[in-house]
Amino acid sequence: MSASAEARARRPARVAAARTATRGSRTRRRRRLQVIRFLLATVVCIVMVFPIYWMAVVALSPRNELFTDRFLLWPSALTLGNFADVFTRFDVLTWLQNSVVITLFVTVLSTFANLLAGYAFAKLRFLGKNALFFAALSTLVLPVQVTMVAQFRLITQLGLYGTYWAVILPSAATATGIFLARQFILGIPDELVEAAKLDGAGQFRIFRSIVLPLCRPLIAVLVVLTAMATWNDFAWPLIALKQNYLFTLPIGLLFLQGQNTPQFEDVMALSLVAVIPMIVLFLVFQRYFVQGVARSGIR
Amino acid sequence: MSESATAPAAAGLRAAEQAPRPRPGTRRARTSEWLAGYSFAAPNLVLLGVFLFWPLLAAFVLSFQRFSGFGDPTWLGLGNYASLLSDAAFWRALLNTIVFTTLTLLGSVGLGLALAVLLNTSLPGRSVFRTIIYIPMVVSGVASGLIGVLMFDENTGVIDKGLNFLGLPPVPWQSDGAAAMAAVILMTVWGRTGFNMVIYLAGLQGISPDLHESAQIEGASAWQRFRSITFPLLGPSTFFLLIMNVIYSFQVFDIVFVLTGGGPGNATEMLTTYAYQTAFTTRAQGYAAAIGMVLLVLILAFTGVQWRTNRTRDLAG
Repeated sequence: MSASAEARARRPARVAAARTATRGSRTRRRRRLQVIRFLLATVVCIVMVFPIYWMAVVALSPRNELFTDRFLLWPSALTLGNFADVFTRFDVLTWLQNSVVITLFVTVLSTFANLLAGYAFAKLRFLGKNALFFAALSTLVLPVQVTMVAQFRLITQLGLYGTYWAVILPSAATATGIFLARQFILGIPDELVEAAKLDGAGQFRIFRSIVLPLCRPLIAVLVVLTAMATWNDFAWPLIALKQNYLFTLPIGLLFLQGQNTPQFEDVMALSLVAVIPMIVLFLVFQRYFVQGVARSGIR
Repeated sequence: MSESATAPAAAGLRAAEQAPRPRPGTRRARTSEWLAGYSFAAPNLVLLGVFLFWPLLAAFVLSFQRFSGFGDPTWLGLGNYASLLSDAAFWRALLNTIVFTTLTLLGSVGLGLALAVLLNTSLPGRSVFRTIIYIPMVVSGVASGLIGVLMFDENTGVIDKGLNFLGLPPVPWQSDGAAAMAAVILMTVWGRTGFNMVIYLAGLQGISPDLHESAQIEGASAWQRFRSITFPLLGPSTFFLLIMNVIYSFQVFDIVFVLTGGGPGNATEMLTTYAYQTAFTTRAQGYAAAIGMVLLVLILAFTGVQWRTNRTRDLAG
């Protein structure tokens, strides 16, 4: 830090000298640098977008265009036939519905539970609070492959196997939102809570009429992050959802690809159906999504 | 919400060290606050307890047993762990996981840093560039894996067709182990770079432009400024990303499962996919639980070491 202070002290004289001597060449150099940066960013973005673009190209291409030797970076003709095909040959609407139902339930349940827990960990004092908070957070490093066998037995024993609940309840058991909720609610002034308490409001009343209305940005972040994670979830649904009529879109996709002669155009058409809602959700709520990720480091 | 981009765990540690706020209150008020605390935390803690902690405990017990998924488990003691020692497939999966973790870490954190620095400068269309780089984050692992299957196909894939078009030799993405691993790593880096960039961009917000300005006046080159100002001051972000990327990479499953299924041979088999195959294909579920325990211990050991280092840093600084 001292070096920079020294530099700052010496700055004025040098700045003046530098400005008069090299202003012209420096702006030109800066200009050129910016063009290089722009081109570099463009190239990177083309590479980043390409896989998604390619998915769309194959989904919209006529059948078997993949198997020609031609190197073509766009469809030779546009068709929606692959979508029609995948929707008629498979019960895609049911899979879509399953994904929506499971995502809705998990999002509501876990957002609700995380808000309540966030309030408790931020504003209330009780024995073992820090230990419990820690225990909850520690589950973030637990891969599902560690618990899957035991979890599957549990689901079966509880009679949840073969229902939506086999995925909803374990998926709602997440500490992802606890940290975000606690951090956010810590930022709500204690005075507000204390004042309400003096007015004789109970804890639930305080939560509902004072804390909750201030939590709108937090709720947006929690909903967006949870909905995306649930919609895209694969490892646990793969184990818990064995019946075709219970498949979510990711499991349905795997099922499509596992057919004897998988049609790549169909697989990509359905992938697009699964991915587009998330891209739209992201574009609409980008601010909340980026904030949430930046603040918690949780995807 | 003053701290941006700090590890939840590290912040939790700090919270745990804070002294309780002194607050006047009668015993009855305190009891009722305790009760309220437990009730508010209950929905979440009950879910975590039933669907994570209980299965974790059960998996620990199961790792000492033989169990096919049907009937009753039989006790083996340390048998599963002893078998692991001489299981070549297990060691291969462990090695693969370490190789995969190291390379995805270097690739995606390095790229995330470079892009964050690039897109932190004034640039026309900057926010559009940022958005495009974020988008792969929202594509599911399954979809990424399927896109990978499509693009990396040796016969019909666009990448080998493109190489052929340019007169270059095709890459045997399916038949060669190293190439298959490269495909898995490339798809993972594609999906994770945006996340690393978000964290680095947040870190860059905290660096005063004055520092760069004065260094520039002193005649420091762009690279020198990056090396002696930007990179050191991004230390906390790098540290945090190191932990998160290792955790994510150790947990990799979807992309590998869909893109290569662990093959060719077991060239891309990871601990997670090996545990899955063992549990649900071979149906040696006690053995699978033991693999899971090893995976968990590795992750815990790593994060534990990082936490400690991070904490000492905090205290020192």
